[in-house]
Amino acid sequence: MPGGLTLNHFLVLSLIVFALGLFCVLSRRNAIGILMGVELILNSANINYLAFAFYGGGKYDGQVFSIFVIMLAAAEAVVGLAIVLAIYQDLRTIDVDATETLSG
Amino acid sequence: MVAQAVFYLLAILTVGSAAIVAFSRNVVHSAFALLGTLVGVAGIYALLAADFLWVIQLLLYVGGILVLTLFAVMLTQGIADVSISNRAVGRAPALVISAVAAAVMIFAVFKTPWHQAAKVMVGPTTYGIGNAFLDTYALPFELASIILLAALIGAVVISRPIDRRTESPSEGE
Repeated sequence: MPGGLTLNHFLVLSLIVFALGLFCVLSRRNAIGILMGVELILNSANINYLAFAFYGGGKYDGQVFSIFVIMLAAAEAVVGLAIVLAIYQDLRTIDVDATETLSG
Repeated sequence: MVAQAVFYLLAILTVGSAAIVAFSRNVVHSAFALLGTLVGVAGIYALLAADFLWVIQLLLYVGGILVLTLFAVMLTQGIADVSISNRAVGRAPALVISAVAAAVMIFAVFKTPWHQAAKVMVGPTTYGIGNAFLDTYALPFELASIILLAALIGAVVISRPIDRRTESPSEGE
C-alpha cells in the first residue's frame, strides 16, 4: 500500500463528504444549492468506487462505473439547471418552498 | 509518508470546501467553494492511480458542471445581491439525520473486513478502460450516448422561452 495509506482513509473521507452533501440536500431551500449537494454525494460515491478499484487489485470495473456516474451527473446537472431556469422564468424565485403551486 | 501528507492536504481541501458548500449563507460562495471540493477530489483520484478519471474530473466537473452551476447562479441571482441567498431551514433535523447516517457508515467501514488485493497495481489505465468500454460494457456505453442525447434535447426544450403566440391564439386575430 502506498505510503501507509489504507482503504479506510478513503472510505472515511468519502463518507464525510457524503454526510455534508446529505446535510446540504436536506437543509437547503435554494434549488441550485440542493443540486450542489447532489454533486457532493456523487463525488463521494466516486471516491468509493476508485478506492475499491485501487485496493481491489487494479481491475477497471470501478473506474468504468465512476465514468458512468460522472456522465449521469453531467446529464443531471444540465436538465436540473434547465428546469431551475424555467422555474425562475415563471415564478421569479427558485426557493423550493415557493414552488408548490401544484399542491392543493 | 509523502503520500500521507498529500492525502491529508487534499482531504482538508475537500472537506473544508464541502463544509462551505453545505453551510454558507451565500449561494455564490457555495458555488465557488464547490471548486475546491472538485479539485480536491480530483487530487484524490490521482492518489488512487486513476489518471484518466483525474483528467475527466477536471474536464467535466470543474470545466463543465461547475461553470454551468455558476451560470445558473448568476442568472437566477443578482451578482450584487449579497443578502442571504441560500436560505436553509430545518437545519437541526438535517444535522441529526446526516450525523446518524455518518455514524452508521463509520461503524460499517471499520467493522467490515473488506476484500483487499495483496498487491496494488499502478500504471496507465486508459488501455484497460477503453477495452472495458468496447467489450464488457458495450451496451451501457451505447445507452449512455442515448441518455446524453435525451438530456441535450430535454435541456433545449425545457429552457426555451415560452412562445406566447401559441399559448393564446385568439389574441393575434
